[in-house]
Amino acid sequence: MEWEIVMGLEVHTELATKTKIFCGCSTEFGGKPNTHVCEICSGMPGTLPLLNKRVVEFAVRTGIATNCTITQHNKFDRKNYFYPDLPKAYQISQLYLPICRNGFIEVKDKDGNPKKIGIHEIHMEEDAGKLVHDEFEDCTLVDYNRCGVPLLEIVSEPDFRSAEEVLSYLTELRSILQYIGVSDCKMQEGSLRADVNLSVRPKGQKEFGTRTEMKNLNSFKAIARAIEYEAERQIELLEDGEKVMQETRRWDDNKGYSYAMRSKEDAQDYKYFPEPDLPPIEISDEYIENIRKSLPELPEAKKARYMSQFGLPEYDTGIITSDRSFVKLFERTVEICNSPKDAANWIMGELMKMLNDTGTLPENMSFDQDSLGKLINMIKAGKINRGTAKTVFEKIFTENVDPEKYVEENNLGLVTDLSAIRPIIEQVIADNEKSVGEYKAGKTQAMGYIMGQAMRALKGKAPAQEVQKILKEILG
Amino acid sequence: MNICEMTALEISNAVKNKEITVKDAVDAFFAAIDEYDGKYHCYNTLCKKEAYERAEEVQKGIDCGKYNGKLAGVPIGIKDNICTKDILTTCSSKILENFIPTYNATVVNRLNDEGMVIIGKLNMDEFAMGSTTETSATGVTHNPWDTDKVPGGSSGGAAAAVAARLSPVALGSDTGGSIRQPCSFCGVSGLKPTYGAVSRYGLVAYASSLDQIGPMGKTVDDCAALFSVIQGKDEKDGTSMVYPKFDFDKAVKGDVGGKKIGIPEDYLGEGISPDVKDAVLAAADKFREEGAVVETFKMPIVKYAIPAYYIIACAEACSNLSRYDGIKYGYSSPDADTLMETYVKTRSEGFGMEVKRRIMLGNFVLSSGYYDAYYNKALKAKKLIQNAFYDAFKKYDMLLGPVAPTTALKIGESLSDPLKMYLGDIYTVMINIAGMPSMSVPCGFDKDNMPIGMQIIGKPFEEAEIMSAAKAFENATDFHKKLPDLG
Repeated sequence: MEWEIVMGLEVHTELATKTKIFCGCSTEFGGKPNTHVCEICSGMPGTLPLLNKRVVEFAVRTGIATNCTITQHNKFDRKNYFYPDLPKAYQISQLYLPICRNGFIEVKDKDGNPKKIGIHEIHMEEDAGKLVHDEFEDCTLVDYNRCGVPLLEIVSEPDFRSAEEVLSYLTELRSILQYIGVSDCKMQEGSLRADVNLSVRPKGQKEFGTRTEMKNLNSFKAIARAIEYEAERQIELLEDGEKVMQETRRWDDNKGYSYAMRSKEDAQDYKYFPEPDLPPIEISDEYIENIRKSLPELPEAKKARYMSQFGLPEYDTGIITSDRSFVKLFERTVEICNSPKDAANWIMGELMKMLNDTGTLPENMSFDQDSLGKLINMIKAGKINRGTAKTVFEKIFTENVDPEKYVEENNLGLVTDLSAIRPIIEQVIADNEKSVGEYKAGKTQAMGYIMGQAMRALKGKAPAQEVQKILKEILG
Repeated sequence: MNICEMTALEISNAVKNKEITVKDAVDAFFAAIDEYDGKYHCYNTLCKKEAYERAEEVQKGIDCGKYNGKLAGVPIGIKDNICTKDILTTCSSKILENFIPTYNATVVNRLNDEGMVIIGKLNMDEFAMGSTTETSATGVTHNPWDTDKVPGGSSGGAAAAVAARLSPVALGSDTGGSIRQPCSFCGVSGLKPTYGAVSRYGLVAYASSLDQIGPMGKTVDDCAALFSVIQGKDEKDGTSMVYPKFDFDKAVKGDVGGKKIGIPEDYLGEGISPDVKDAVLAAADKFREEGAVVETFKMPIVKYAIPAYYIIACAEACSNLSRYDGIKYGYSSPDADTLMETYVKTRSEGFGMEVKRRIMLGNFVLSSGYYDAYYNKALKAKKLIQNAFYDAFKKYDMLLGPVAPTTALKIGESLSDPLKMYLGDIYTVMINIAGMPSMSVPCGFDKDNMPIGMQIIGKPFEEAEIMSAAKAFENATDFHKKLPDLG
């Protein structure tokens, strides 16, 4: 039987506001435990939440950028449960009237055709703290720094039919969130987290199968693997005549499998009710319009512009716009060197290679954004050759060197005084009588060897065309 | 000069006129507390050291003109659910027996800015859940009029302290009558402000959508002065509102001439004791004499008030009280081995019966499958109750009624029958549900010489209007001047 996979996504993204959603504490990641904490976010008796207006603004920005309808009268609700990382024993979230509804994002399906993925809703909520298990002391410590960091939960419709669509959606969503400046979307730091709801059904069947929810998916790779694993697991169960249990499963990326965390029967009753400590939020038409006007160019529009304005292939524009960091570097580089295709090639080639080799995330690139443009200009001006440029780029990437200074200090520039090259080439010809003889005898391949020897003698610092020209002159 | 017998305004004037010092005032109240509070148990905690240090500061502030407000130099006791930095705040619960806040409630900061001196934390029903102060983990407060009787609740310690002259004025909180009913039982005055008029920041929450902090005192003037200190928008409380500043001069004018006052018939029906009914009707006549038009009208919605109140209040309470888990502060069960045991034992041992009952009620009405049948219906009733008040206020400037169906009950009488205690809240809870302001003032005594109180209910943010009416009544009567003999 042919099976169809049906998936929906719940994406949590931490907002890049300076302060928390209901108090003035810093949202900065990585502080010493319990240093970004006050009486409000630690849930001390008597304290009240005060809504950070930036959170509303960021939610509306996200809603507009994902084609949602903004709920102009929306409000918060309480989600009640006991857990040590939740100091009030309830999370302030939105259930009944979320701030955004009915949006969509366009993705590419398996065959590369455009497809709309519906967004059911986007709601605002607060993050919980973090539990740190100390195995030596056999105890668990709580760090409340993350408590009250603002989150958006973006809930899709069950519109996904393949892992490719899921990844395409996440890539697109992430670049939108980065573009509009609402989140840095660092999966490693947990500022973008995705839970996958997955079910399978015989192809052609209308009704959905029983779904499971998968958590702890910390990278795109993990998401793809987890989807593959879970779809196979469910199909196997059904083909064996067994049932899929509705449950929450946790993905273990090291072991490459997921296991059940809790079943539907254990599902908690969160006893949601309207949050009495926060008045409803009223959003005016004017407010929405102002935000709409302030939104930057979104990835789709950018891609189209790169194609028409710079004549770049669609493939290139897709890669560059997939990450805000690439866009910034690309646009700056083009500004400096005015060679969009060169800039794109360097980003897709050498930069990608360096990112992969060093395991660096694009957002963590730390070199001067002017360097690549300067480097390309030096190649164009014939000051260095491509081989040298690659070496210099490595240094730019790893040590943030200034390309011009680095080339000068290390004497890597090409020799432009041809009179200085000629004697060295003459010497090479003298030293390689055999090859020269072969060449003269009509074996044109020998030229390559001689050329290589010449470049070596010149330590790669002469322009190749010039060397070849001189060689041919001498050898006739 | 007996400082304890003076009103708060008189004490402040005496200090500002250099007839007495702030220390004299603080001395006088601590002396009275030392002498009488063993008998009444109004206070959970006294802060003598802090009060004397503060008295010195305040004295300097008054001498140099920094503090020149109406209540500068006045000592004050506050209910033990209002957070005071570095001073125990127990909510009269075992679960917070050792809780010392790291911050001040906004109202505490405002008392400090006025140059007032906090002398102690007043007893209350545990987490303000109760109408008698009997649910306090520190023991019941005794009514100064008859120590065998309850002072009312939940702000029973505050009302008894004012009646027994152990504090010139006090801050209480009112979720369903917790300021007005003890005022009525103890023969003093108190205001439940409009929801949103006073910041709740630092008030340990019972039912967030109903809680309000308010003033209690021997006179309307004292209440008006204290209200003007604590009221006003607070950036830290999103539910506090911006509204025209409270007009103190209007509030103490004592004018009710030409006002239309409505008495809901349903407030005088079944269950009310004849003495209370007679006192309220006599008060209505007094208002007529003062030039007001008083008439009765029907408000049948009253019958939904108690169920709606207990559903909404308990739902919010069960959520608000979930945070007491024995981990970060407060009582923690000494013999729990696992996290779950810590939660269960701490809460089982730390909460009293009434609090547990309301937590269970709240969890029940919010449970999936019951939410629509109870909580949602209660919210609909809330809307209807609000509408009934708005309709009434189309016809009347203010409403008049009893505070409670009876005078103070005997200690132990209502604990065995919680439903009876809940029904005693019938005249007060509606006002919290609707969010209206209401002033409770003494209006008579029953055959056992126990005080009777009435309430004047106003339109939102029209505290000055109802206070002025209350003052007119006060001017025309002597009930407020009668205070219990401490023996």
